[in-house]
Amino acid sequence: MTTSSSGGAVLRAPRRRSAPATWAWWLLAAGAPLLFLGVFFAWPVVALVLQGFFADDGGGGRVLDLSGFGEVLSQPRTWRVVGQTLAQATVGTALSVLLGLPAAYVLYRCRFPGRTVARALVTVPFVLPTVVVGVAFRSVLAPSGPLGFLGWEESFAGIVLALVFFNYAVVVRTVGGLWERLDPRAEQAARSLGATPWQAFRTVTLPALGPAIASAASVVFLFCATAFGVVLVLGGMRYGTIETEIWVRTTQFLDLRAAAVLSILQLVVVTGALLVSARLRARRERALHLSSDLSAAHRFSWRSAADVVPAGVTAVVVAGLLVLPLAGLVARSFQGPDGSWGLDNYVALGTTGGRNALTVTVWGATATSLRTAALAATIAVVVGGLVALVVSRRPRSRGLRRAVGTLDAVFMLPLGVSAVTVGFGFLITLDRPLGFDVDLRTSGLLVPIAQAVVAIPLVVRTVLPVLRAIDPRLREVAATLGAPPGRVLRSVDAPLAARSLGLAIGFAFAVSLGEFGATSFLARPDAATLPVVIYRLIGLPGAENYGMALAASVVLATLTATVMMVAERLRGDAGGGEF
Amino acid sequence: MTIRTRRTAAIAAVGLLPLLAACTGDDAPGEQQNTPVPAESGEAELSGTVTLVTHDSFALSDGMLASFEDETGLTVEHVAAGDAGTLVNQLVLTADSPLGDVVYGVDNTFASRAVAADVFEPYQPEGLDDSVTDLVGAGLEGLTPIDKGDVCLNVDTAWFEDQGVEPPSTFEDLTDPRYADLTVVTNPATSSPGFAMLLATVDAFGEDGWEQYWADLSANGLKVTDGWSDAYYSDFSGAGEGGERPVVLSYATSPAFTVTEDGSESTTAALLDTCFRQVEYAGVLAGTDNPDRARALVDFLSSPEVQADIPANMYMYPADSTVELPAEWEQFAPLAEEPFDVAPGEIDAHRDEWIEQWTATVVG
Repeated sequence: MTTSSSGGAVLRAPRRRSAPATWAWWLLAAGAPLLFLGVFFAWPVVALVLQGFFADDGGGGRVLDLSGFGEVLSQPRTWRVVGQTLAQATVGTALSVLLGLPAAYVLYRCRFPGRTVARALVTVPFVLPTVVVGVAFRSVLAPSGPLGFLGWEESFAGIVLALVFFNYAVVVRTVGGLWERLDPRAEQAARSLGATPWQAFRTVTLPALGPAIASAASVVFLFCATAFGVVLVLGGMRYGTIETEIWVRTTQFLDLRAAAVLSILQLVVVTGALLVSARLRARRERALHLSSDLSAAHRFSWRSAADVVPAGVTAVVVAGLLVLPLAGLVARSFQGPDGSWGLDNYVALGTTGGRNALTVTVWGATATSLRTAALAATIAVVVGGLVALVVSRRPRSRGLRRAVGTLDAVFMLPLGVSAVTVGFGFLITLDRPLGFDVDLRTSGLLVPIAQAVVAIPLVVRTVLPVLRAIDPRLREVAATLGAPPGRVLRSVDAPLAARSLGLAIGFAFAVSLGEFGATSFLARPDAATLPVVIYRLIGLPGAENYGMALAASVVLATLTATVMMVAERLRGDAGGGEF
Repeated sequence: MTIRTRRTAAIAAVGLLPLLAACTGDDAPGEQQNTPVPAESGEAELSGTVTLVTHDSFALSDGMLASFEDETGLTVEHVAAGDAGTLVNQLVLTADSPLGDVVYGVDNTFASRAVAADVFEPYQPEGLDDSVTDLVGAGLEGLTPIDKGDVCLNVDTAWFEDQGVEPPSTFEDLTDPRYADLTVVTNPATSSPGFAMLLATVDAFGEDGWEQYWADLSANGLKVTDGWSDAYYSDFSGAGEGGERPVVLSYATSPAFTVTEDGSESTTAALLDTCFRQVEYAGVLAGTDNPDRARALVDFLSSPEVQADIPANMYMYPADSTVELPAEWEQFAPLAEEPFDVAPGEIDAHRDEWIEQWTATVVG
């Protein structure tokens, strides 16, 4: 399944000639993203954490002071918070994967009318501002709401449901993206040898999907472990997590000592999760037969239990978990303060609010959001694409292999580190980045950069499973036939990766559209994005402001769904016939 | 901008806006200023940019900042840093390399922390009304009060009418079993109105009594949410969004936003015996390269034009009580006559301790 030794021997001769140039390119491909991440993530985070570990020595200098560890780690609350974080992330991830798999099958493996719309719909929750989702969920789970009988208001179950709501799309799209290009012949062969559909799925398809599932699960775990707003809104006060503790310690108490210890704890949890995920992926990792056309999808059949059961599960999840909370929100956005139906809230989006609630109109903010997201997605796709390309290679030397694995994990960290830590880190490092006399902190450029840092891991996780699944023999054959490395990339990797790249662009765009944490620090109000405007509106009294906030949320949701649909259409139909 | 227009603008600034004249005046008044800044002479031209750092609720009418720019020849860059607590902590962290020239939005519950970290260069415009200088808290002498507001419990008057129950009016009332399960407030650890109410109870019941009050309130079916939006829109019946509790922690101004269509009455009311007075300040950031521009901007924020613009845009009362208020406010959103108050230094010294005690009492 991996490079055969004879293939390697054949390759050595032609490769040696171009070795220095090739090496330089690979170093650049790995170095540029590392520099980006170093300046805009690692340095700010390390600087802030260090600030917590150094105390004034009384004489103007700073001394290392690690007493915070003993203090924080000896509090029972700390361990309760760590336990809560782990429990919530584990259950949230497991449930997202379990519920997401059937949907990945139905939406990427079956053809039926309305599939594109359904795919777009499941992405919507991913970008909705937590404050809006919190309101939507609470209205469903409140004693008077449609699911009030469950008694899940302010409960662990309520938090987990909301986490699944946000992260369902990550599983569906990451796994579906690979699944739709999985060559169906292996499964067909198993079936014709007498395997039941379930057996064929379990022994052939599931192992093939392993890397994508592990990829999705690691992303979801990090999202769940660092979930912030939704925990506060739905959990009441009892369900503090490491993330909410860091937020309170940093933004309210300025207790950087405790925040630094908690950041280290968070890093330990996240690194542990990444190690587990890397191990799971490595065990499953192998080349797959991918087809670059969509012939693998079949028409949905009402007669086949293998289609109907997953479709039923998906329908229940989408209706109960996604549509129910969203429907209330959409309905309310069409209601005026007196309860009458109409478009008043949408008409108001062209204004700055009834009492000048905003400094820009909501449409103005929408334009800003789109511009910012386009820039952020470009950065994320370039940087993330390079990382995926480097990480997808399996060098022969063990040291290099290990380096590649580390690179992979390092670029996941932005999802697992608190946005507050990054945001406050920016403040103390980016006044003169790399010695340049440009105060990046207050420049408009910081927002797309911060959004790109969060989007990069998603780009990597979306593109990587596809690149890794390309049979290395394809590249070797091309190289043996005399194709220079650039040509190999162009004719082997590019056509197959292009499809996932469309998805990656969509994801990056969506993340950036919905991003609030980093955007809210040092936002430039004349360049406020949609989520910022929504938070502002819903933070003011008055039925008009509330209605506008919901209408703006519907605009954000529609925009995201549209971007995802376009991204799917963008996917390359070129290529395919080259091998 | 050409030199000529810049000069014209500078002349206009000096000529038309007397309040900007702090840069042409002789001596800075009062002993309040620790380091009276020698005034610049009149021919100094203002030009370039001045960066205003605020919390995320700062807003002025369209064209307000533009008119300042036209009058002075300055360009204002505005940066919003998050909520009030986040803003102050960011200022403290960046004291060595400030984010801008002027800050607006530091309030009396957080200001001492920033003053202690030497974030400000003391400055107050000349000729402030007494109503404004009265708002300068102990230890905050280098800051300029811009606006004020009261955090108070609000009640859904319609709900109480329907139920035929007399609405509560004091903190003590809320522990009465008649009002069991009716109140929703916000968490002081995550929300500034929540902390303001905690302070009000510290003042009302004393340092020895407030914990017992919260224990009683908690036992009477208190609900706590993390933030204002959640409490007001999801839990408060008076917001008309399906909430079920008729008593909510909000602001004295909130009832002005629930006025009936005919404008005759509001469906909610603030309980003026439960209020904590918040004051928001502007200040010049120490280490600014442009102290003149910074002072000009502080002068502008305390000018009558901006003061009159504050209610409609920031939902706060102007610091200067000689400024006319919107009619709705006069009628439906009066301020408390005797709000609760805790000295800024006390607040900063006890913030963490009080919040921890509150959490232990209410959350357990």
